[in-house]
Amino acid sequence: MTMKSSTRQVDGVTIVDLSGRITLGEGSVVLRETVRDLLSKGQKKILLNLGEVNYIDSSGIGELVSAFTTAKNQGGELKLLNLTKKVHDLLQITKLYTVFDVKDDEAVAVKSFTK
Amino acid sequence: MSADRVSYTLDSTLETVNNAEETAGRMAAEAGFDDEEIMKISMAVREAAVNAVLHGNAYDPSKKVTLAFELTAQDLVIVIRDQGKGLDVSRIPDPLAADNLMKTSGRGIFLIRSFMDEVQIHPSQTGTELRMIKHVHGNPADSKEAPQ
Repeated sequence: MTMKSSTRQVDGVTIVDLSGRITLGEGSVVLRETVRDLLSKGQKKILLNLGEVNYIDSSGIGELVSAFTTAKNQGGELKLLNLTKKVHDLLQITKLYTVFDVKDDEAVAVKSFTK
Repeated sequence: MSADRVSYTLDSTLETVNNAEETAGRMAAEAGFDDEEIMKISMAVREAAVNAVLHGNAYDPSKKVTLAFELTAQDLVIVIRDQGKGLDVSRIPDPLAADNLMKTSGRGIFLIRSFMDEVQIHPSQTGTELRMIKHVHGNPADSKEAPQ
């Protein structure tokens, strides 16, 4: 299954609902282009909802890091929402869990962005 | 018990990466591993295949990747080999080091080592061979309680 991405706006925050696999190839490209497109439009408060992402490989992890860094470098914020156990465990063993701002409640996550 | 061994010769394509992962998952399931172990084994093989296709063979259509599975009573042994210039093991970064934590690549070998019980990397001028072993559950050698 490839990755699907859709966006919605909630109180000035762009929530990106992702589903499928973030892996080398199409999945990583979809994530990269989605985040790049949002930033180019000035939408710099980005919440990646990974609740339906059932698989991620090292390339996908790299894309998450790249998205986080790119948003930060452009004065934006990028946070993660609803990690599945697999993604949670991967971020733990790669020591990235504490680097990302990870939320498990959408309303709380939206409010946590800088006004 | 006689060993079951199967090997594949694959093109240096992204499709090979996906096929290697799927085949590993199937082999791990047939070997009796649980879902979490199957995920770890298939992901380790995916990362090894990515290394072979991208970094080893650099998508060169004239170069092949060989993937072999061997199931013994004790182990599932997986060997993947490319025809690249040979991985420089001394240059494999530690992705957990502070300077490397935010890098966008360099986690593949680390994940393979995290998910498999034994990993051996044998680089040469004609390619790199990566040998991964996962101990089969229920192996008496792994059990702390010997059967009476």
